[in-house]
Amino acid sequence: MQLMGIELLLKGNNFLRMLSGLWVAVRISLVSVILSIGLGLIVGALMTVQNKVIKTVMRLYLEIVRIMPQMVLLFIVYFGTTRVFGINIEAELSAIIVFTFWGTAEMGDLVRGALISIPRHQYESAEALGLSKLQTYLYVILPQTLRRLIPLSINLITRMIKTTSLVMMIGIVEVLKVTQQIIEANRRTSPNAAFGMFATVFMMYFIVCWPISLLSKHLEKRWSDR
Amino acid sequence: MNWNVIREYLPLYIEALGLTVKIGWLGIILSIALGLVCALILYFKVPLLQVIIKIYIELFRNTPLLVQLFFLYFGLPKLGIRITAQTCGILGLTLIGGSYMTETFRSGLSAIDSIQSESALSLGMKKHQVFFYVILPQAISISIPGFMANIIFLLKETSVFSAISLMDLMFTAKDLIGLEYKTIEALFLLVVFYLIMLLPVSLLGTYIERRVRYAAYGD
Repeated sequence: MQLMGIELLLKGNNFLRMLSGLWVAVRISLVSVILSIGLGLIVGALMTVQNKVIKTVMRLYLEIVRIMPQMVLLFIVYFGTTRVFGINIEAELSAIIVFTFWGTAEMGDLVRGALISIPRHQYESAEALGLSKLQTYLYVILPQTLRRLIPLSINLITRMIKTTSLVMMIGIVEVLKVTQQIIEANRRTSPNAAFGMFATVFMMYFIVCWPISLLSKHLEKRWSDR
Repeated sequence: MNWNVIREYLPLYIEALGLTVKIGWLGIILSIALGLVCALILYFKVPLLQVIIKIYIELFRNTPLLVQLFFLYFGLPKLGIRITAQTCGILGLTLIGGSYMTETFRSGLSAIDSIQSESALSLGMKKHQVFFYVILPQAISISIPGFMANIIFLLKETSVFSAISLMDLMFTAKDLIGLEYKTIEALFLLVVFYLIMLLPVSLLGTYIERRVRYAAYGD
C-alpha cells in the first residue's frame, strides 16, 4: 500500500520500457500528422473547388470521418482488409492509414476554413495595387492563411497523440500495454501498483500534450488580433 | 456476407447499442451540467475553486479517455474506491466531457461584448438580471454549435468502453471476430449501428447550427 506502485518505476528498466511504449504511440501520431498536413492541404484546396462531383465526394468523406469513431475505422482496416482482400496489414501500418485518413479530413476542413475566411476585398485590393496572381497568393493570401492555420494544426498534433492511445486495442504494444504487463508481472509484490502506474501514464500523456496545446493557444492569441 | 449470421447477431448488437446509448447520453447530460457549473465558477472568478477547475480542465483535455478510464477502473479500487464498469464509463465520460463543455461555454461567455452588460446596467437592470436576461441567453446560443460538436465527439469516444469490459458495440464486434471469425458480418453491423447512433445527431447538429445563427445579435 505504501507507495501505490510508484516503486515499480525504479525496478529494473520499467520506466524506460514505459517511455519506449509512449514513443511507439507518439511515433505513429507524428507520421500520421505529417502525412495528414500534407494531404490535408490538397484536400482543403479541393473542398473550395466549385465542382459538383468533387464537392459531393468531399462532403461524403468529411461526413464519414465526422461520424465513424476512429476505433471502428481501425477495426475495419485491421481486421476487415485481411478478411476481404486476404492481405495482412501490420497493426502499426493500419494505425497510420486510419489516423492519416482521419487527420487528412480534419486538416482539410481547417484549410478550407482558413481559405474561405480570407475576405474578397483582399484579392481585389491586391489586384488594384497591381500585384500579379502569384504575388497576391504569395504575399497577401498565404501569410494570412498560415497565421490562422498553424495554431490549429499544432492542436491537431495533440489530438492525434491522444487518439493513438487506441492502438493498444488492435494489439500494438504501447505505453498502456507495457504498463499492464509490468503490473501483471509484479502482482505478488506490489498488488496495488495499478493506481500509481496508471497515474504515471496519465501524467506522461499530460506532459507530452500540454506544452503543445499551450503553444497552439499562445500562437492563436498572438496572431488573431491583427 | 451471410444474412443468417446477421439475423442471428442482430439482438446482441441491439442490446449493445442500448448500453452505449444509455452510458453515452447519461455521460453527455452530466458533462453539460458539469460544464455549465465550472464555466460559471470561472466566469465569476470564485477564489480557489477556479484554480482547481483550471487544473482539472488542463488535465482532462490533454489526456486520452482510454488512459483516464484505465486509471479510474483499475487504479481507484486500489484506494478502496470500488466502482462498476458502467459507473466508471459514465464517470469517465462526464469528466472528459465536462472539461470540453466548460471550455466551449466559457468561450461563449467571453464572446459577449462588455457593451452588452454596460448597456443593461445603464438601463437600470440589477446585476443578476443582467446576467440571467442578457449575458446567459446569448452565451448559450453562441455555445450551441460547440456543444453539438462535443456531443458527437463524446458519442464517438464511447467506443473505447470495451477496454474496461463494458459490453458495448465494439466489444460485441470484437467478440464475433475473435470467437466466431465472422469478421465481415461483425464489421458491417458495427458500422450500421454506429450510423444509427450518430447520423441523426450529426444531422441535427447541422440543422441547429443553421438555426442559432439567427440568434447571434449584431453581426
